[in-house]
Amino acid sequence: MTAQVITVTSGKGGVGKTTAVANLATALAADGKKVVCMDGDIGLRNLDVIMGLENRIVYDIVDVIEGRCKLKQAMIRDKHYPDLYLIPAAQTRDKNAVSPSDMTRICNDLRPDADFVIIDSPAGIERGFRNAIAPADRVLVVTNPEVSAVRDADRVVGILEAEEKGSPSLILNRLNPTLVRNNDMLSAEDVLDLLGIQLIGIVPEDESVIIGSNRGAPVVTDAKSRAGQAFRNIAKRLQGQEIPFMDLEQQGGLWGAIQKLTGRK
Amino acid sequence: MEQITSLVQIKGIRDGLLATFSDAPWEDQYLSLLAQIGERPAFFQGARLAIDVGSQILKVNDLVDLRDHLSERNITLWAVISESPTTEHTSQLLGLATRISKPRPQEKTHVDAASDDTALFVNKTLRSGTRIEFPGNIVVMGDVNPGAEIVAEGNVIVWGRVRGMIHAGAKGNRSAFICALDLSANQLRIADEVSAMLKPQKDPKPEIASINSEGRLQAELWHTG
Repeated sequence: MTAQVITVTSGKGGVGKTTAVANLATALAADGKKVVCMDGDIGLRNLDVIMGLENRIVYDIVDVIEGRCKLKQAMIRDKHYPDLYLIPAAQTRDKNAVSPSDMTRICNDLRPDADFVIIDSPAGIERGFRNAIAPADRVLVVTNPEVSAVRDADRVVGILEAEEKGSPSLILNRLNPTLVRNNDMLSAEDVLDLLGIQLIGIVPEDESVIIGSNRGAPVVTDAKSRAGQAFRNIAKRLQGQEIPFMDLEQQGGLWGAIQKLTGRK
Repeated sequence: MEQITSLVQIKGIRDGLLATFSDAPWEDQYLSLLAQIGERPAFFQGARLAIDVGSQILKVNDLVDLRDHLSERNITLWAVISESPTTEHTSQLLGLATRISKPRPQEKTHVDAASDDTALFVNKTLRSGTRIEFPGNIVVMGDVNPGAEIVAEGNVIVWGRVRGMIHAGAKGNRSAFICALDLSANQLRIADEVSAMLKPQKDPKPEIASINSEGRLQAELWHTG
């Protein structure tokens, strides 16, 4: 096995990077892949909480870098998927505790034993972001259909191009089809038109994402959730499968009426 | 050792320290700079450092690497002065200044290049955070996205959509113009005139913006012939 290292980044904070990492990692593990996810947000770690693994942390990535433990000791096994691991960030240090070469070294150590290594980048374009993209084979940029998030994503795409990381793929998160229809939100076309990069998935706004995050159970494990379905589709596309994009407009038509009758949102 | 350390000259300027690189291989000079810092850590502690890299062509990774090494030694890299447009562009992407208050003696050659018929050709979309300055005309094959800036002493022509900021005639040339296939910029400037926000068009047509006879910046459809 030689793992593909995928970094998830965005520029702006709060657009759903960590949620995307937790969900994609879980979905890939559910497809039988061996996945290691790494929290690159040293000092502001979140991924452990979203994945519900907070209370299992003994060692973190800075312990590995500074030689206080072996890499395997910092890899926390998921509660449900035996082939899903988390390497948590340190909460009591800052971004300067890690360098881009440390990240590259750790990823190279992980490559032989995994199918996917997914790195959660911190917001911003400073040191933490540099650390997170240094080892990446592929970069996913997450944005929301908001002018400020798209502008920051554009900046990040520019930096990735300058660093010769190749063109990243786009995850458009929290799209609300009703607002788009009423011209109150940027549409997927507007965002793609500006960024000019390949789209890998559109995740509709869905409150089950927040509920899942708070429970430490990523939404992909909820078979009914539309956002969960969107993340499962992205995970399939990461594995090279051709999956058609979901019809986000289905709420309104006949299908929406059936859903209402059966009590599903 | 003595020979290596003399590759990079360091001197004090008003804004901190200035390290001047020669044309020797970047790796050697980079190590030489770090060696000099290693010899006198107290002197460099907390310093603001500008580097003059001459005509070296530096990639983002080179500068990031240097910046990280410097920041580990508690030195802030704040400016990169270069003759190479690639390196200047790299520095701008990283948010580093490319000018310091004291002008370079070589600046003259730049001014000579700014005759009416010189143009900088940019064959890509300019993304947020990119700033392009040129003492002549600028031609862009691609879009100018929101958050990108173009500053030209001459005219600006964009074969694409303009949604960022464009300043033509930046040194006061009021006859400069800006034209684009879709001119829905959030701000246009010609000389010292600043336009109000232009409305995005439903069905964009090529437009040209210039200062009209009343002295106001105005955009109108671009008539051929």
